[in-house]
Amino acid sequence: MDQKKNQWKAWLYLLPTIVLLLIFTVWPIFNTIRMSLLKNYDSARELGGMTFEFGFSNFTAVAQYSGFLTCLGNTMLLTVITVPISTMLALIIAVALNSIKWLKKVFQTIFFLPYVTNSIAIGMVFMTMFQMIGDAPNYSSIGIINTIIEAFGGTRINWVNAGSNYWANMGVLIIYIVWNALPFKILVLLGGLQGVNKQYYDAAKVDGASRLRIFWRVTVPLLSPMIAYVVITGFIGGFKEYSSVVGIFNENMGPVGAPRSLNTMVGFIYDNINTNQGRASAAALILFAIIFAVTMINLYVSKKRVHY
Amino acid sequence: MKVVLQHLTKIFPSRNKKDPNGEVVAVNDFNLEIPDGKLIGLLGPSGCGKSTTLFMISGLEAPTGGKIFFGDDDVTSLSPENRGIGLVFQNYALYPHMTVQQNILFPLQNLKGENRLSKEEMLVRANEVAKLVQIDEYMNRKPSELSGGQQQRVAIARALVKMPRVLLLDEPLSNLDARLRLQTREEIRRIQRDTKITTIFVTHDQEEAMSISDYIVVMKLGVVMQTGKPQWVYDDPANLFVAKFLGTPPIDVLSGCVVGEKLYIGEECVLDVKGVEDQDVYVGIRPEGFTLNDKGRLTCAVSGIDVMGRDISIVSTHPASINPLIRSIISSDEIGKIHDGVAKFDLKEHKVFLFNKETEERVYFGKQVEAHEAMVAQMKEEGEFYSAHEGPLPREADDKIRANAPVAEKKSFFTKIKDILPKKKAPESAPEEEQAPAEQQEGQEPQEAIPAEDGEKTESKE
Repeated sequence: MDQKKNQWKAWLYLLPTIVLLLIFTVWPIFNTIRMSLLKNYDSARELGGMTFEFGFSNFTAVAQYSGFLTCLGNTMLLTVITVPISTMLALIIAVALNSIKWLKKVFQTIFFLPYVTNSIAIGMVFMTMFQMIGDAPNYSSIGIINTIIEAFGGTRINWVNAGSNYWANMGVLIIYIVWNALPFKILVLLGGLQGVNKQYYDAAKVDGASRLRIFWRVTVPLLSPMIAYVVITGFIGGFKEYSSVVGIFNENMGPVGAPRSLNTMVGFIYDNINTNQGRASAAALILFAIIFAVTMINLYVSKKRVHY
Repeated sequence: MKVVLQHLTKIFPSRNKKDPNGEVVAVNDFNLEIPDGKLIGLLGPSGCGKSTTLFMISGLEAPTGGKIFFGDDDVTSLSPENRGIGLVFQNYALYPHMTVQQNILFPLQNLKGENRLSKEEMLVRANEVAKLVQIDEYMNRKPSELSGGQQQRVAIARALVKMPRVLLLDEPLSNLDARLRLQTREEIRRIQRDTKITTIFVTHDQEEAMSISDYIVVMKLGVVMQTGKPQWVYDDPANLFVAKFLGTPPIDVLSGCVVGEKLYIGEECVLDVKGVEDQDVYVGIRPEGFTLNDKGRLTCAVSGIDVMGRDISIVSTHPASINPLIRSIISSDEIGKIHDGVAKFDLKEHKVFLFNKETEERVYFGKQVEAHEAMVAQMKEEGEFYSAHEGPLPREADDKIRANAPVAEKKSFFTKIKDILPKKKAPESAPEEEQAPAEQQEGQEPQEAIPAEDGEKTESKE
């Protein structure tokens, strides 16, 4: 009796959350699945009383669409390259930050800055750093990166302007994404490091382990749960990459003359959301499936590799 | 390997740079010679600098002053890995992600150059050590799958596997339950005897130190109070602190005075003390130093009797006692000699220690003088290093604060309110009450609290 009463209370307290979840999470998911299964679905026309053919045609259309493969390739490439690089860098920086005393706060602030800045705005700053303004070949101004390259006697590279190479574009994106992903990873790893008992390091010191050995045999294994977390969230974030490309190349998703060449999965979904909602939904579900599969693989690997 | 510490000093700088008085002298002019192949216990209450001393010997802490020798080598400026020490941490610091075997192998895998062993040699060495500490069955387990005592033994194995010149143990038993503690201390004793490695361990438990050490070093506030064989230090304490710190149940301390080579406790003349000048003294009497006698000269009011089989423990009170209760242990046959709740005691001369009330240093009398000299002579003969603290004894840090702080600041919130409210009655008695405990606390209560508690704890566990 008493318990029943309490249960009522519990449900009552949960009600606001449940309602919000139903409206903004559960229903959209179901609706996405529904839309993806209706051929050439359009919500406006559905309101007008139109019915759509049921089937998997949206999925086959997405898979056959050449733009989609570009998007998938770009996303995969960016994720596979940036996650390991940013994780390694973050680990090294976290260990370094943890071992210095002098100017620690200053460096922490510097490394955490990207975390509190808007990624589109910073993307535009990056574009400015890499781009050249004016008409080729007599540019009125060249970005700071090329200025530095020339100062060291190199030849300037067309990073992001019209006619730029795909790999140069990718390079800029990778640098930007890595830089943008660092702060969160450093934050998590530094927190993990500070939780490691100092006596492990004293013990390793007494046992005569070199710094490198301490890093690989003590620090990395003890941090492995944090590293796994950072890698998994990194992969998830990487597959949802979008704003960095918009920031640097604007909504064309590519340099002038080659629009959509750097488009990503999320970009593809946005492109289709106005013209073909069914196809956009199908792409969203495909993206979900990919992220789900990769996360499962990650969890499986980390279960074997993560200690305790 | 003989270990020699010369004028070893460690000063931790003040946390607050503006406050030059904030620096902490953790270890103060520590001199000690540790003979080869012995088990030494560094003993003292928390914060007495014993762990700091151990970490300085290990090389993890750099001394502020003084020198450390292993044999004839000056190792003061050597880093830990080059000293040839094995260190067992209080919480073992076993790597949780490695198996027992990997943990034990870890120090060997760090060896470089000509010391480097082949994989087979490493495994042989690891197995030998594991057998020595009896954990060879658990080689493939992770530390989290072992009990506290087993983890402790793995930690010892890891420290021993590289064949250190000196083995250091920081509070090795404090993380174990009572039963395991007894077992493990015997184990440490056995391992030390088998390996004959000079072993130094730190503990705050006097019983633990007394039971397994060849040699104990009693410390207080960074200063060595006394060194020697456990039994000798117990039988012949150099000052009040040492007397109070050793022994379960703790020593009974009464306030007394010496007049004309006779010791008075209250009005009663309890003992003849030859060769002692007239002075106020603390009288320390070991619980086993009492005998019941109808004509005994020390009269105590009995408040309770604990029967412990062969012996009985009489709990009594005496107005001159510093502790609230006097605990004496006598043979159970003599229980009939207590009449009307009054126990009359004779004192055994060699169980009674006098300490000057000002300096708290030992005042030897009668046969004790020769006994003490004979002991020091024998220690020297055996190549051991007798040391007892000379000069003024260090006081607890809070004593200083108490002495310096203006009285007004010590008043609690309620006394302040009482001050403001109109006084009702008997204001004269209040300041007296305040003074009396303050006097007693100075130098005594803080010292005493630790051994007394420990004593009772170990007693109840057994």
